[in-house]
Amino acid sequence: MTHITCTHAWLRRNLFADAISGMTTVLLLAGVLWWLPGLIDWVLLKAVFKADAAACHAVNHGGACWGVVAEKYRFILFGRYPHAEQWRPLLATVLLLSVIAASGLRLLAGRRLLATSALALPGFFLLMGGGYFGLGAVGSDQWGGLPLTLLLASMGMLLAFPLAIAVALGRQSGLPLLRGLCALYVELVRGVPLISVLFLASFLFPIILPQGFSIDVLLRVQAGIVLFAAAYLSETVRGGLQAVPAGQHDAAAALGLGHWQSMRCIILPQALRAVVPSVMNSAVSIFKDTSLVTVVSLYELTGSLSLALAGDAEWRSYHLEGYLFIGLIYWIGCYAMSRFSQGLEIGTGDSRLRS
Amino acid sequence: MQGQRWRDLTIQALLAAGLLAALWWLLDVTASNMAERGIRSGFDFLTEPAGFAIGESLLPFDSADSTLRALAAGLANTLRVALPAIIASTLLGTMIGLGRLSPNLLLRGLCAAYVEILRNVPLLLQLLAWYFVVTDLLPLASEAVQLAPHVFLSKSGLSLPWFGGDAGLFDLPLQGGMNIVGGAALTPEFLALLLGLSLYTAAYVAETVRAGILAVPHGQSDAALALGLTRVQLFRLVLLPQALRSIIPPLTNQHLSLTKNASLAVAIGYPDLVSVANTTLNQTGRAAECIALIMAVYLILSLLTALLSNWLERRSGRWAERS
Repeated sequence: MTHITCTHAWLRRNLFADAISGMTTVLLLAGVLWWLPGLIDWVLLKAVFKADAAACHAVNHGGACWGVVAEKYRFILFGRYPHAEQWRPLLATVLLLSVIAASGLRLLAGRRLLATSALALPGFFLLMGGGYFGLGAVGSDQWGGLPLTLLLASMGMLLAFPLAIAVALGRQSGLPLLRGLCALYVELVRGVPLISVLFLASFLFPIILPQGFSIDVLLRVQAGIVLFAAAYLSETVRGGLQAVPAGQHDAAAALGLGHWQSMRCIILPQALRAVVPSVMNSAVSIFKDTSLVTVVSLYELTGSLSLALAGDAEWRSYHLEGYLFIGLIYWIGCYAMSRFSQGLEIGTGDSRLRS
Repeated sequence: MQGQRWRDLTIQALLAAGLLAALWWLLDVTASNMAERGIRSGFDFLTEPAGFAIGESLLPFDSADSTLRALAAGLANTLRVALPAIIASTLLGTMIGLGRLSPNLLLRGLCAAYVEILRNVPLLLQLLAWYFVVTDLLPLASEAVQLAPHVFLSKSGLSLPWFGGDAGLFDLPLQGGMNIVGGAALTPEFLALLLGLSLYTAAYVAETVRAGILAVPHGQSDAALALGLTRVQLFRLVLLPQALRSIIPPLTNQHLSLTKNASLAVAIGYPDLVSVANTTLNQTGRAAECIALIMAVYLILSLLTALLSNWLERRSGRWAERS
């Protein structure tokens, strides 16, 4: 009996609190019930899961053709990487993902994390590029798909972060010239779309660099992403620096710490801890923004999907299923990061209570 | 103190010298590279005929017109998609943001699902998907779906009644055999971009609105309810004026990033500023000039938006004081 009254009370409070709420519930429920069977039909019941183009054609979009994913998943995930060697990008992806996950779950931290990263990143490049230990060399123009997305995002974040801290400190410097230059850089980059920065990296870098000093397009685009991300991150870091009470500066000075010492040991740790959620937001943005490099002909996840399907008359009418598949990959990555940041907010709160 | 001042001045002088040297070296290298590859420089191409057509344009344009006019048409196209998208995303986002604060669990859940799904998938992917849905999955113009009287949706886009025409005040689209004639036609590219930008940005606007309202201290609602205000009055007279102050700055930021995101038009072939500049770049080879033009235009837009935002903030502050 109590169970039933509990349910009743819960329903009343959450769904039927008053006339308006009740009507909203009924309308929404009707909408969902009207719409849901068709969706379940399309996604599951009438869908084709086998890589069978004829079967997909027979359902004529009445059900999803997941067969396109079954047929093309290797091309979508690894792009134009030589087919026989695709265990290498797979292993490289697993390596990078496990380091990211381990640092996220805080199995690795501080020096151990640095040491593992210092091993994992060269390992990643070795696996992808080859050329040593009997691995055939694979040029970066053939890299693609998920490993490229992960590389652009993680290196983008890793390299943008120190630059962002430097720029944020520069904006607080006592030297007007340095302050102005840092402000100019941040405002310039934040005022323009990422595509224009990528165009700059891909079309203009070759012209402004000396002859014989050509760097490949992957590196140029990576540099563009780092410069773009650093501008946004530096604003975040600056916010953190401003949130540290002035008393902390004075106290550090009173203890006899120099400017840089007090920055490194007192101010920056507190500033960075305060902005962890915004930093994670930036990480999510960078991860999503890597999809734009397809505009300058680098075939990461989005680009390799188009590459896989656009030229294939048999499968090209099932782009939507392909978009949903890679959309799910992006979604899992972004959602995991934003969840992780919410977890951290609670975590840092705890450690503040303890100290 | 004097020593410190001299040190600062010296550091800055060195910084300026280093910067100028680097800049001079870069320009020198660039000039010699360009001479070697036979790349001409300068903005003279702006007055020459563009030599390419633009798919759709608010400004009348044909390929014999100057490149400058082509870029202006591109900018007009950017604004043509950005302004309606700003309005649509603000309205939809506000509703969803308020929905997330609703006491109704189902509404709250659906609004939260909308935000979490749309925000965590790249905009480019969403645009490509919408474009594919419009151009591939919709029926042919000859079998167009009639959404309302004289409103047709098909692979060739959306046809709407519009002012003007021969037969009276409104020009009504009619189904005429193979395609639809009359009225205003919105192209698939425009539709996909408008839809994608509005839906994606609405998720961010929703979060901004929600955060703004949650930032109003809880005591304010309690006090208003204790005074006997209804929920609508509470919202209109107490929550909204206070929330607006913290909503407007991030909201203008969202509008600005929507305008910048409109540059993704290049991926689906809508002729916005970036896409026209990209075509110009490929035709003339003037990379530096074209990229500089794109950046300059966006910087000016950012600056104008910042000014508008400041003005709005001052106004909303005054409004809050008055009411």
